[in-house]
Amino acid sequence: MPTAIYAGVNVTVNDEGFFEIPDEWTEAMAPEIARAEGIDGLTEPHWQVIKFMRAEYAEKGTGPTVRILGKTSGVSIKELYQLFPKGPAKEAAKIAGIPKPRGCI
Amino acid sequence: MADKIDKVSIIISKGSLEGVYPALIMANGARAEGIEANLFFTFFGLDVVHKSRVDHIKVATVGNPGLHLATMVGGLPGVSSVMTHYLARKMEKLDIPPIHEFVEMIADTGAGIYACKASVDLFELTKDDLIEQVQDVITVGEFYDMAAGGEIIFT
Repeated sequence: MPTAIYAGVNVTVNDEGFFEIPDEWTEAMAPEIARAEGIDGLTEPHWQVIKFMRAEYAEKGTGPTVRILGKTSGVSIKELYQLFPKGPAKEAAKIAGIPKPRGCI
Repeated sequence: MADKIDKVSIIISKGSLEGVYPALIMANGARAEGIEANLFFTFFGLDVVHKSRVDHIKVATVGNPGLHLATMVGGLPGVSSVMTHYLARKMEKLDIPPIHEFVEMIADTGAGIYACKASVDLFELTKDDLIEQVQDVITVGEFYDMAAGGEIIFT
């Protein structure tokens, strides 16, 4: 299993760079993961989404779909795609240290 | 992954529920993966972007063997509506939005929504008849220019 070093800590990731063990993630790692994804500087709305992703994962065991993000995270779908251009559900999950969501929607 | 798709252009030519959803799911899924997507609504697919028709798209209950419903039964009044309603309930449980909301959502993801000029002319429509998410009414040539360098999916 590949590993990556974020904020000076060794973490287990999959081939695509998603965390295998969400508990290994800390907030200090998020800016570094984001930078690797091409997002320089996490803004307040970024954090709002990241925290929502963590909470949804903790509660449901899977990351939310973009539709759920748009309806309940407080950030609109339009804005979500501006914040995470490579696809909010996937990219935010990676930065939030949770597994890649596997839904089709 | 050496080969990655960067752009898709999806043509929607059918106006039935089962003809429309796959294309919308493909388009939304493309944007979710960071793939650029443009949708081109033509012929009966135009109903999807038609203000007064988008909320009335039904599953075909006649000539649809996949439904495993006797053709004579499928042709009875109301059967199409009942089947559509049944499917809509199942889809909502899976977090698949109704068609109208889905198109709005796909537009919000940054995908381009276009109507086919030949079809708009054929059905004697104007841009005012179409939902606001439609960016433009374009010709086949303009579509090909837009699709250049990407994959084209016809549904």
